Amino acid sequence: MKIKRSKGETVFSIVNCIFLTCIMVVCLYPIWHVLMASVSDNVEMMRYQGILIWPKGFDLSAYGVVKQNPAILRGYLNTLFVLTVGSTLNIIMTSIAAYILSRRDFILSKPLMIMIVITMYFGGGLVPFYFTVKDAGLDGSLWAIIIPRVINTFYLIILRTAFMSLPDSLEEAARVDGASHIGILFKIVIPLSMPTIAVLILYYGVGHWNSWFDAMIFLRTERERYPLQLVLREILLQNTMADSTVINSDNRPDIGETVKYALIIVSTVPILCIYPFLQKYFVKGVLVGSVKE
Amino acid sequence: MKTNRLKASAQRADALTKTTLRKRLKKDFSRNYELYFLAIPIVLYYLYFCYKPMLGAYMAFTDYSPKDGIFGSTFVGLKHFKQFFGSIYFKRLLSNTLIISGTSIVFGFPAPIILALIINEVRNKYFCKTVQTISYLPHFISMVVICSMIKTFVSDTGVVGSLVNSITGGDSSLLNNPKYFVPIYVISEIWQEMGWGSIVYFSALMGIDQQLYEAAAIDGAGRWKQTLHVTLPGIMPTIVVMLILRLGSILGVGYEKIILLYNEAIYSTADVISTFVYRKGLLEFNYSYSVAVGLFNSVVSMIFLFGSNWLSKRVQDTALW
Repeated sequence: MKIKRSKGETVFSIVNCIFLTCIMVVCLYPIWHVLMASVSDNVEMMRYQGILIWPKGFDLSAYGVVKQNPAILRGYLNTLFVLTVGSTLNIIMTSIAAYILSRRDFILSKPLMIMIVITMYFGGGLVPFYFTVKDAGLDGSLWAIIIPRVINTFYLIILRTAFMSLPDSLEEAARVDGASHIGILFKIVIPLSMPTIAVLILYYGVGHWNSWFDAMIFLRTERERYPLQLVLREILLQNTMADSTVINSDNRPDIGETVKYALIIVSTVPILCIYPFLQKYFVKGVLVGSVKE
Repeated sequence: MKTNRLKASAQRADALTKTTLRKRLKKDFSRNYELYFLAIPIVLYYLYFCYKPMLGAYMAFTDYSPKDGIFGSTFVGLKHFKQFFGSIYFKRLLSNTLIISGTSIVFGFPAPIILALIINEVRNKYFCKTVQTISYLPHFISMVVICSMIKTFVSDTGVVGSLVNSITGGDSSLLNNPKYFVPIYVISEIWQEMGWGSIVYFSALMGIDQQLYEAAAIDGAGRWKQTLHVTLPGIMPTIVVMLILRLGSILGVGYEKIILLYNEAIYSTADVISTFVYRKGLLEFNYSYSVAVGLFNSVVSMIFLFGSNWLSKRVQDTALW
C-alpha cells in the first residue's frame, strides 16, 4: 500500500533535507578549510581571507617542514607510548577492580564499592592532586599522566555492570572445577565481556590521545617528553615558542601559516580515518554509559 | 540489677557479632584470598590518588608553606575564604561561570534534540547514516586542535573574524574582544557536540512504539502533530534526565577549553572559577588561596547536584541515585 503524500509533506521533506545538508556542510567545512589551506601556497594564503573551497596555489612543502621537525615526531612517539602502555594498564586495573566489585559472595565488595563511588562526587581539587602526584615522585615523567588516572571510576562502574550481567552458573562451574579467581577473570569473564571491554579501550585510548593538561602541569620543562597534543599547543596556540625554529626549520619565514594547517591535518587524520570504522563501538559506549545504575 | 543484666547481654551480643564477623572474614578469606590480594593495588590507588588529595584540601584553612607540609603549616581558619569573598574576583568569576554555563544550556541543550528529531523525519536510510556520521565527526577532534582552529578562524584574517570585523569595523582578533568570548565558546561547543549529543535521543526515539504513530495517523494527525503528540512525549523522560544531569554540573565549566582560548585582555568575561583556581594555584603558587576557591566551588557544585537530583525525584521519579 502506498501512502499518498500531501503537497505539504513533500515540501517539508525537501526543506528538511536542505537543512540537514547545511548542517553537514557546517560540520565538514572547517576541516575542509584546514585541509585546503595546508596544501596552499603560503604567500597567497597570507593575503587571502574568506571561504576556501579549492587551494590557493599548490604547495606541499608545509608537510615537508612538519616531517622534518623532530619535536613533532617525538610527540607522536610519546603519545604512542602513553596510548599503548596507559590503555593496557587502564584495562587491566579496571577489569580487576570491576571483578572484585562484581563478586556477590565477597564480604568486602560492598564497602569497597562505597569507597569508590564517593570519589565520583568528592575530590580534593587541582592543587592537592598536583601535590599528591608530585609527592609520589612521578613529576617530570610520562608515568605522571598514566598512573594517577589509571582507573576511571565511571568506566569501572560500566564494566562492573557488564560483569554482573554474566550468568553466575558459568563461574560456579569453573569454581567447582578448581579454577582460581584470576583464571576465571582472564579466561571466562573478560572474554565474555569483550564488547564492553572494546568500548572502554576506545574511550581510554581517545582520552590519552586528547589529553594535554596533565602533561602540561606535570612535565613542565621536560620538553623531550611532551606528548603530541602539548607540542601542538606550543606551536599552534602559544606564539611564545621557546625555539621558533620548530616552525621555520629551513629558514623560510614565509612558511609558518600553512605549516600550522599541515600540522593540524597530520595530527588529526589518524583519528578521523579510523573513526568511521569504529563508529558503532563509540555509539554503543554512549548508550552503555547512559544506562542508569 | 536489670541494667546490669542488659549490659551483660549487650556485651555478649557484641562479642557474638565480633566473633561471627571474624569467623566470617576468616571463612571468606580462605575461600577468596586471591580477591584480597587483587584488591590491594586497587585500594592503594584510591587511597593515594583520590583520598589523599581530599585530606590535602585542608590546605585551604592554613597558610601553606612547602617546607612545613600540609599539617605543619599555620592554621588560619577562614582567612582565604574571606579574602576571596571580599575580592572583586568573587562576583566576576561566579557570574562568568554562570553566564557561560547558562548560555551553553539554553542554546546547546536543545540543539541535539532538534537534530535528532529532524533526522528522525528523514525516510532515506543512507542519507540518515551519512548525516549522523558527519555530525559526529567534530567530537573526535582533540581540544587543542579545535581551539587552534577557532583561533585561526576568528583572527582578523580568518574566515569568521574578517567577516565580523567588516560589519562592526573592528580590526583585531575576535578573541581580543571580551564581548565575543561567550558566543565563540558556545557556538564552537554546539558545533563540536551537537551530533554526538543526539545519540542518546536517537536511542530514545527507537524505543517509541510504532503503533502509536499508526494510531495517530488514523486519527488524522499529520507529521507535525505526530511529532508534537507522540515523539516528544516519547523522549521526554530522556530529555528530563539529561537536563537534570546538565543542571547539576552548572558550575563545572571545564577549564581546558578556556585555558587554551583566553588571554589577559578578555579575563573580564572568560575567566571562570576553575581557570582562576589553576592560575592562582599552579602559576602564581598561591596554594592555600587557590584550594579555598576550589573548595568553595565543589561545595556549591554538590549543592546543585543534590538539588537537581531532589528535583528529578519530585518531578518524575527518575532519580540518578
